[in-house]
Amino acid sequence: MRNCLHATALVALTIGIAPVAKAQTIAIQDGTVYPVSGPKIENATVLIKDGRILQVGPSVTVPADATVIDAKGKWVTPGLFHAWTDLGLNEVGSVPQTSEDTKSGDINAAFNVAEGINPQSVFIPVARTDGVTTAVSGPEGGLVAGQALLLDLSGDRIEDLISQNPVAMVVDLTSDSKGTGGGSKAGVYQRLRQLIKDADEYRKRTPDYKKNQMQELSAPAADLEAMQPVLDGRIPLYTIANRQSDIESAVRLAKDYHFKLVIRGGTEAWKVAKLLAAEKVPVVLNPLSDSPNFDGLSPRLDNATILREAGVPVVLIEPDRGNYRNLRFSAGNAVRNGMKWDDALLAITLEPARAMGVDSRYGSLETGKVANVVVWSGDPLDFASAPEHTFIRGVEISKETRQTELLERYKTLPPKY
Amino acid sequence: MRVPTSPNALAGLVLLLNACSSATSTTSTSPKPAEREESEFRSQYASTYQRKTNPPVFIRNATVMTAAGPEMQHASVYFKDGLIVSVGTDTTTPPADATVIDGTGKFVTPGIIDDHSHLGVYAAPGTWAESDGNEATTPVTANVWAEHSFWPQDPDIPLAIAGGITVIQALPGSANLIGGRSATLRLIPSRSVQEMKYPGAPYGLKMACGENPKRVYQRSGPSTRMGNMAGYRAAFIEAEQYRRKWDNWLKNKSGDPPQRDLKLETLADVLRGKILVHNHCYRADEMMQMMDLGKEFGFHIRSFHHVVEGYKIADVLAKEDVAASVWADWWGFKMESFDGVRENAALLQKAGVRAIIHSDSEDGIQRLNQEAAKAMYAGIRAGLGTTREQAIRWITANPAWALGIDSTTGTLEAGKHADVVIWSGDPFSVYSKAERVYNDGWLVYDRNDPAYQPKTDFNLGTGDPGVGR
Repeated sequence: MRNCLHATALVALTIGIAPVAKAQTIAIQDGTVYPVSGPKIENATVLIKDGRILQVGPSVTVPADATVIDAKGKWVTPGLFHAWTDLGLNEVGSVPQTSEDTKSGDINAAFNVAEGINPQSVFIPVARTDGVTTAVSGPEGGLVAGQALLLDLSGDRIEDLISQNPVAMVVDLTSDSKGTGGGSKAGVYQRLRQLIKDADEYRKRTPDYKKNQMQELSAPAADLEAMQPVLDGRIPLYTIANRQSDIESAVRLAKDYHFKLVIRGGTEAWKVAKLLAAEKVPVVLNPLSDSPNFDGLSPRLDNATILREAGVPVVLIEPDRGNYRNLRFSAGNAVRNGMKWDDALLAITLEPARAMGVDSRYGSLETGKVANVVVWSGDPLDFASAPEHTFIRGVEISKETRQTELLERYKTLPPKY
Repeated sequence: MRVPTSPNALAGLVLLLNACSSATSTTSTSPKPAEREESEFRSQYASTYQRKTNPPVFIRNATVMTAAGPEMQHASVYFKDGLIVSVGTDTTTPPADATVIDGTGKFVTPGIIDDHSHLGVYAAPGTWAESDGNEATTPVTANVWAEHSFWPQDPDIPLAIAGGITVIQALPGSANLIGGRSATLRLIPSRSVQEMKYPGAPYGLKMACGENPKRVYQRSGPSTRMGNMAGYRAAFIEAEQYRRKWDNWLKNKSGDPPQRDLKLETLADVLRGKILVHNHCYRADEMMQMMDLGKEFGFHIRSFHHVVEGYKIADVLAKEDVAASVWADWWGFKMESFDGVRENAALLQKAGVRAIIHSDSEDGIQRLNQEAAKAMYAGIRAGLGTTREQAIRWITANPAWALGIDSTTGTLEAGKHADVVIWSGDPFSVYSKAERVYNDGWLVYDRNDPAYQPKTDFNLGTGDPGVGR
């Protein structure tokens, strides 16, 4: 395996810039705008041009050719950013033919899921019905599952959807990965440490490696190569860890090798809130996870609140793969359990963009950012409201899904075949 | 009540159902049948539930959602000795002996009822040791009873109580065509399942259609949907014969009684209309088959569960008087759940079906009010005319009906059990929490008082911060 350093077929899919469609100019006028990067602005306009946000504020001059959306009485927010999904990778859960997110093996750093993405997935339109416009989609399984991507949830081709590839390297430190360490967590950590050490060694001595003038390393060159963006700090090691000791071990590892760590799961993160705040480690969590198990015996519903108040960057997710659309209600429930409303909105917009290192393009309504914008009938975090307009890269997306078509067919019986 | 009555119910057989036929019976007071000592004449795992004493409670100036009529503003609810005394806007001074609770800004609803739960049978922490929900060893296990698996120390129980749940139906899983008997339980801290059994509640029978049974048994069968149907039919053919044998013997009482068979005893009581059928079934066409199965053997399906395609046959379900227990928005995890729509409950409601929102989940059960809210707003947005009064019934009065306990709980009406939840705000808002939960008048949970935040044995010494934190 030493000589397979060839660039993969994915070169075309690894460009880190979202393709921007030539689109019209749109002015969302007179709404209550939540830019997230700053305080809310009453009666403000969001001006969009060619897929980017041109201007946001109370006194924006609207060009004559702009399509105007009246947002009076409406709430305007950035498109919601779901930091962990399998969108485009898996379709019907029980049907293996539609599952693309898992590769056999323990260490799959070189596994990039891009070409497994199905832009025609019927789950994508459903996910965006409630304002989710951007999502991390990634692999699962093994110790190092592989590379996750960032998608904007609109487009016909893989290239259209992908906005950043890779965006993170996924590692599992829960008890699910114990088998990869020979049945022990200690074995898991030894293996991961060795991989990182070897990736580091490989970087320092690539010429020697190519000349076969080096000892055997613990993973094939493709995997060691794939680990380089992690060691460079270009993408985070997106680490699933729930138990306090696992979170602490991940932090230790990140400090030793100076990589960027993001914790996902984080059941017992509240116990180490100070450490996570000091090390600036974002935690991606489901705020409704409170049933104890041996991967985390002390869950609590105000996990997000405690972490946020300690200064930890908190990112909220909704884990139900059929209902990523419910992300906004995850945030609503975090508020229910003590989080400030503004922090909860931050946790599904700008904070995930920061955690994934794409906040220069995503997460807030600011000049120059990708025009993913949602106009809501009211409070986006509560059940009574819903999106009225959703823009992805400056283009208003249709509300039609497989579900709306089923509804239309069966709204009156007998059905309209 | 619309519990199907059994035309041939005979006095002797009532004893077989002693566990669920009397609101007050306990083991010690069970009548000992004269002359006979055989098991079939003894009390069967009777409820030992006893109401806890609690001072009378008077909640004043709250928004009251009775689930029996329009929402009431500035209303009061008064309950005493486990029963609701009065509900209304015209109540005057609170009785002197009552604990008065200021309900200003608060909402009051009946206790939430989840008619599809696996709490206790698939308990946390979720290891193999707690996996007691599917006797997946043969496709028809009508002989097993969920209560015999139920672990009252399941740490998920207090979490559900904190969500306002007062009654659950604990069901066997869906691996089997016929999974076994369910148990209708008051959700209270207790040492045994017997102490939780809802007095007088009929038993349920869990049946399952579709992908699960045909997947689990693909080697030995059934491995197809037609195999599933053949399996139910074979079981009920046996049950018919068994029932005939016993009914004859009970009439004549001559010679030895027939050999008891636990599987057939349960199925015979389904045929007698004493056990209510709860049928896991997703697809519209399969539900039609199951209703035909009921017609073949003369039993009525009380509620279909999951019913992802219920909206496709809402008119038929309404006509056949079968309730539909659904999720608000789950879909896409199996082929038979591929056609989910968020308007399912609202469409069923509109057609006149008793719609129910169930959880089937240790997470969902903690926020069944939110699930109802999602389904309600989907209906409103689709122009289906869904109302708050309808939606509150989805998680109270309608599941009470499905469980055959609607004459005693499920609404806030004088004379019913004081199963009452006080919410911090509108239960259909994401921000609201159950603040106080009364189960049969007993304050079983108080969000603001650690003395009323039960922990299970398992929670102790693990660093678990407890309920509602």
